[in-house]
Amino acid sequence: MQDNLAERIAADPNYQLLKEKRSRYGWILTIAMLVVYYGYILLIAFDKELLAARMGSGVITWGIPLGFGVIVFTIIITGIYVRRANGEFDELSEKIRLEALK
Amino acid sequence: MTPNFLRNGLIAAALAMPGAAMAADVIQGGQKQATNWTAITMFAVFVLGTLYITKWAAAKTKSAADFYTAGGGITGFQNGLAIAGDYMSAASFLGISAAVMVSGYDGLIYSIGFLVGWPILTFLMAERLRNLGRFTFADVAAFRFAQAPVRIFAASGTLVVVAFYLIAQMVGAGSLIQLLFGLDYWIAVVIVGALMMIYVLFGGMTATTWVQIIKACLLLGGATFMSFMVMWHYGFSPEAMFADAVRVKADLAAAGGKTAEEAAVAGQSIMGPGTFIKDPISAISFGMALMFGTAGLPHILMRFFTVPSAKEARKSVMWATGWIGYFYLLTFIIGFGAITFVLTNPEFLDDTGALVGGSNMAAVHLAQAVGGNVFLGFISAVAFATILAVVAGLTLSGASAVSHDLYATVIKNGNPAPGSELRVSRITTLVLGLVAVVLGIAFKNQNIAFMVSLAFAVAASANFPVLFMSVLWKDCTTRGAVVGGFLGLISSVVLTVLSPSVWEATLGNPAGSAPFPYTSPALFSMTLAFLGIWLVSKMDNGARARIDRAGFAAQQVRSETGIGASQASSH
Repeated sequence: MQDNLAERIAADPNYQLLKEKRSRYGWILTIAMLVVYYGYILLIAFDKELLAARMGSGVITWGIPLGFGVIVFTIIITGIYVRRANGEFDELSEKIRLEALK
Repeated sequence: MTPNFLRNGLIAAALAMPGAAMAADVIQGGQKQATNWTAITMFAVFVLGTLYITKWAAAKTKSAADFYTAGGGITGFQNGLAIAGDYMSAASFLGISAAVMVSGYDGLIYSIGFLVGWPILTFLMAERLRNLGRFTFADVAAFRFAQAPVRIFAASGTLVVVAFYLIAQMVGAGSLIQLLFGLDYWIAVVIVGALMMIYVLFGGMTATTWVQIIKACLLLGGATFMSFMVMWHYGFSPEAMFADAVRVKADLAAAGGKTAEEAAVAGQSIMGPGTFIKDPISAISFGMALMFGTAGLPHILMRFFTVPSAKEARKSVMWATGWIGYFYLLTFIIGFGAITFVLTNPEFLDDTGALVGGSNMAAVHLAQAVGGNVFLGFISAVAFATILAVVAGLTLSGASAVSHDLYATVIKNGNPAPGSELRVSRITTLVLGLVAVVLGIAFKNQNIAFMVSLAFAVAASANFPVLFMSVLWKDCTTRGAVVGGFLGLISSVVLTVLSPSVWEATLGNPAGSAPFPYTSPALFSMTLAFLGIWLVSKMDNGARARIDRAGFAAQQVRSETGIGASQASSH
């Protein structure tokens, strides 16, 4: 890539917007994932009884929906990011490309 | 450690000792079974099919780009399946379901660790990797830096990860196939090595990708069928399944001489966390190795270059995360199914009440219980196919580090003679295949439980920090990346050797004598790598450092927009 092309793109307000929005979104979701996983691990490390407690009269404990919940959360949060990145962010990215290659 | 311990108590011990927590990812020390012709026939069908695909792929594999990345022409959905096929090892299928059968809930905690790295990889790395790289993750890490030192580091990181992962897979393959097919250990290792070399040598990434896709479909299909049969038996009521498993465990405890009250507690204990997570530091450190290691595994990162755009790269991880998460949910059901179907059936138990062939046979026996001999043969063949798919991906990634990073870029300064890079990668594939077979045979009956955990720790402590800082931190310099990366690499290996899983379990020192007491080094070695990169970069004011920093803006434009990124080659 020629440097002047890179400079032109870097000066494009849409590029600034894309960079800021996507990076902020990525970090927020990253932090959410870290909180959920390490929260789960620390919960186990510090309070095993909580997860081993039965939910009702049956044998199922709170740990089962929590553990399955972490798996489902992981899948869903990935889907949420990809949906927005492949839609809104990619449209913005396409605008930048058209502007730059004009 | 006696072979008997390895055979019957590996998983139980693995989950009881934090030092060997990763042991569930390695299959070891099984006894030879009677020759299983159904399984061998089904496996032969798989081999013939994949060889045919290899022949087709070979005709398409002409350039280095075809060899490394299938010409960049794989779709997001296909790549998602291939990533899942690359990631779900036979050991995680058999090992995690066995862990669930033995300890219940702890198996779930263990499997979750392998999933949570995927969103991080998606949010922070996937599109940037695709936009900056061509063949290897070193393309990304070295984008704006002096090529030679960063490539030498990245190739070292790749080869260390690939070596340990590969040895673990080969030893697992030998033991598993001895168990499932009744073949001799060395024959199994040679078959795996030979097939893997054929796939990679002739079919390159195209053949490897399709082997991984087919394997992922077979494995997901087989696991779905088993879980469906288990749930069907319980009228699709999880409560009924769990209650029956608790009853079986309580009965077993009572039969083992426990009082009724103790037995009831033992039964219910499979529904909550056990001894897997002991101290918070080990828990966090181990979690970090799995989470960030996923984002630093070279054979996984390489898969991002097989798709034509960042959009497809994101779709790949979305599909991969979905399939892998679904797979871990299934292994949990399979583990509980094994408690109620296998532990209660004398046909699957030996005189001492242990599983015939060891705990790792849980899913295999369950296959027979729910689907008869034909399905048993199918699952055995799938387990073999699974190992092949994983070792092929590993070998390709090791070969590309040598040919693309070391040969073409470092030795030939980025201008290799036409065709020579491809030739070097094929020679390297041969060498790696031979080395893998020799080491696979050499490490027979060794305690190699630490190897996969070490591969993840190195990936998290060396590859990931360098990749992350080079892409996201503008002040990072060549010197910072190389020094910090090697600090992470060396410290993660040294701390693993000093940890209980190598110091005590492999080197035979007395229990409690390990100088480094935690399960995984990642918390320390990863921190050291990041600190090293930061500090050395900050102090670096040389001429090269100015070029490194000046290159960030252009790198960022390309990583964010993909403008200038390599396109799919046309065929």
